[in-house]
Amino acid sequence: MLDISAWFNDLLAGNLIFTAQTLGYYWEGLVTTTQLVFLSLVIGLVMAVPLAVLRGSKHPWIRLPIYFYTYVFRGTPLLIQLYIIYYGVVFVDGIQDSFLWPVLREAFYPALIAFTLNTAAYTTEIFHGAIKATARGEIEAARAYGMSQNLMMRRIILPSAFRRALPAYGNEVIFMLHASAIASVVTLMDLTGAARFVYARYYAPFEAFLFVAAIYLCLTFAILYFFRFLEKKLLAHLRPLS
Amino acid sequence: MAATPIPLEVRNIKKRFGETEVLKGLSLKAHKGDVITLIGASGSGKSTFLRCMNLLEQPDEGDLLLHGEEIRFKQTRYGREPADWKQVVRMRAKLSMVFQSFNLWAHMTLLENIIEAPIHVLGQPKKAAIEQAHALLERVGLTARADAYPAQMSGGQQQRGAIARALAMNPEVMLFDEPTSALDPELVGDVLKVMRDLADEGRTMVVVTHEMGFARDVSSQVIYLHQGLVEEAGHPKEVLDNPQSPRLKQFLAPKY
Repeated sequence: MLDISAWFNDLLAGNLIFTAQTLGYYWEGLVTTTQLVFLSLVIGLVMAVPLAVLRGSKHPWIRLPIYFYTYVFRGTPLLIQLYIIYYGVVFVDGIQDSFLWPVLREAFYPALIAFTLNTAAYTTEIFHGAIKATARGEIEAARAYGMSQNLMMRRIILPSAFRRALPAYGNEVIFMLHASAIASVVTLMDLTGAARFVYARYYAPFEAFLFVAAIYLCLTFAILYFFRFLEKKLLAHLRPLS
Repeated sequence: MAATPIPLEVRNIKKRFGETEVLKGLSLKAHKGDVITLIGASGSGKSTFLRCMNLLEQPDEGDLLLHGEEIRFKQTRYGREPADWKQVVRMRAKLSMVFQSFNLWAHMTLLENIIEAPIHVLGQPKKAAIEQAHALLERVGLTARADAYPAQMSGGQQQRGAIARALAMNPEVMLFDEPTSALDPELVGDVLKVMRDLADEGRTMVVVTHEMGFARDVSSQVIYLHQGLVEEAGHPKEVLDNPQSPRLKQFLAPKY
C-alpha cells in the first residue's frame, strides 16, 4: 500500500495540475456521474417496459397519454427539462415545507428525475418499436397454441422484443452517459463539473477537458463491451451457424 | 346420439372481409382418425376456413364444437366475438396448428420451441416435457438439431420441427395450413412422410394442401372449395379420380 502511494506521489511530483486534490475531484465526479446515469437508466428501464406495452394498447385513453409523454420528452432538449425541474421545483406550493425538500434542494435529485423521465421516454419508444416489429406469424403461433394475452406477452413478445431492442438500447445508454454532462450546469459536481472546476482553477483547458474526455471514452468502451457481450449471448438466434 | 363425441365439428361458417364474402356457409365433421384435405384455387377460402376452426379468424356466423362442447359467441359493436376467451384458450390447446411459414419462435432453440406450450399452457413438468420433446425430435428425424435456432435450420427441418411442436401438445385434432407450400421441392417429401405417418397412427387431421398425391393417398375425405362454398366433397377416389364439376376437372387437369 505504501509502495503504491509512494509511486503515485512520484508520478504527480512536479505536476501542478493533476494533484491528489484535483484527482480527488475527478474521482468524486466519476462517482456522481456513474450514480446519476446508472440510477436513471435502471429506473427508466423499469418504467419503460410497462409503458411500452401500454403504448400499444388499443384503448386510446391509455395509448395517447403515453404517446404525449414520450413526444414531449423526446421533443424538447434535455437541458430545458433539467432547468424546468431544477429551477421550477422551488415554486411548487408548499414544497419547501414538505418532507421531500431536503432531497429536492440537492441538485442531484432534480437531475436524476429529469434524466430518468427523459431516458424512460426514449426507451419506451425503442421497446414499443421492437414490440410492434414482432413477427406476425410468431404471434399467431402463440395464439394458436392456447397462450393467453399475458402469457404471450411474457413468453414470446417481450423476450423477442428485448433482443431486437438491444443494439438501439445500447446507443441510448451511451447517449445518456454523454447527456449527463449537462448536469454540471445545475451545480452538480459530476465528471464535467470537476473538469470545469479544474479548468477554472488552473486555466488549463486541454489538461482539464482532455483528461475528462478520456474518462468518458473509457466508460463508453466499457458500455460497448458490455452490450457486445449481451448481444453475443442473447442474439445467438440471429447468427447463422459458422 | 353417437356414443363418442366428434372431435371437431363446424357448422355453417360464414366470414366476410369488408364487402367480400369469403366463406358462404361451410360445414365439416372430423371424426376420430379422419384426415380431411381441403383443396381449391387460391382465394377459394380454404385457409380462412381452417383459421376459423381455431378462431385465428372470427367467423361472422356459424357454430364450432369440440367434443360436443360448443364455443359461445357474443355480439359486440365490433362484430362477433367469443364470449369466453378462457374457453377459446382451452380449445386452442387441443387443436395444434402447423403453418405454411412454420412460425417457430425465433428467439428459442428448437427444443425450447417444443416444450414452451406444454409447460406454460398445459402445465406439464419441465422434465417430462423435455423427455417428450426428445422423443418427438427423434420421430421427425431432428435429434441432432435440438439446440439449433430456427434461423439455422432449413425450411424442411423447420417444418418438421413445427410438427414436433404441434405433437407435443398431444392434440385432439391437428390443423395443417399448406405445410409444404413454402418449401423447396426436394424438402417436401420429408414433411409429407411425417404427415403420412401421423395419419397412419390414427391422428385426426385437417389439411389445406396443394399436394394432390397426399390428398389422394392419405385422406379419408377431400373437400374442394370454390369461392367460399363446397363444390365437391367425398372420398378421394371419387372426388379426385372422377370429378363431376367442370371447375374441379379444370383444377385437377395438368397445368402444362
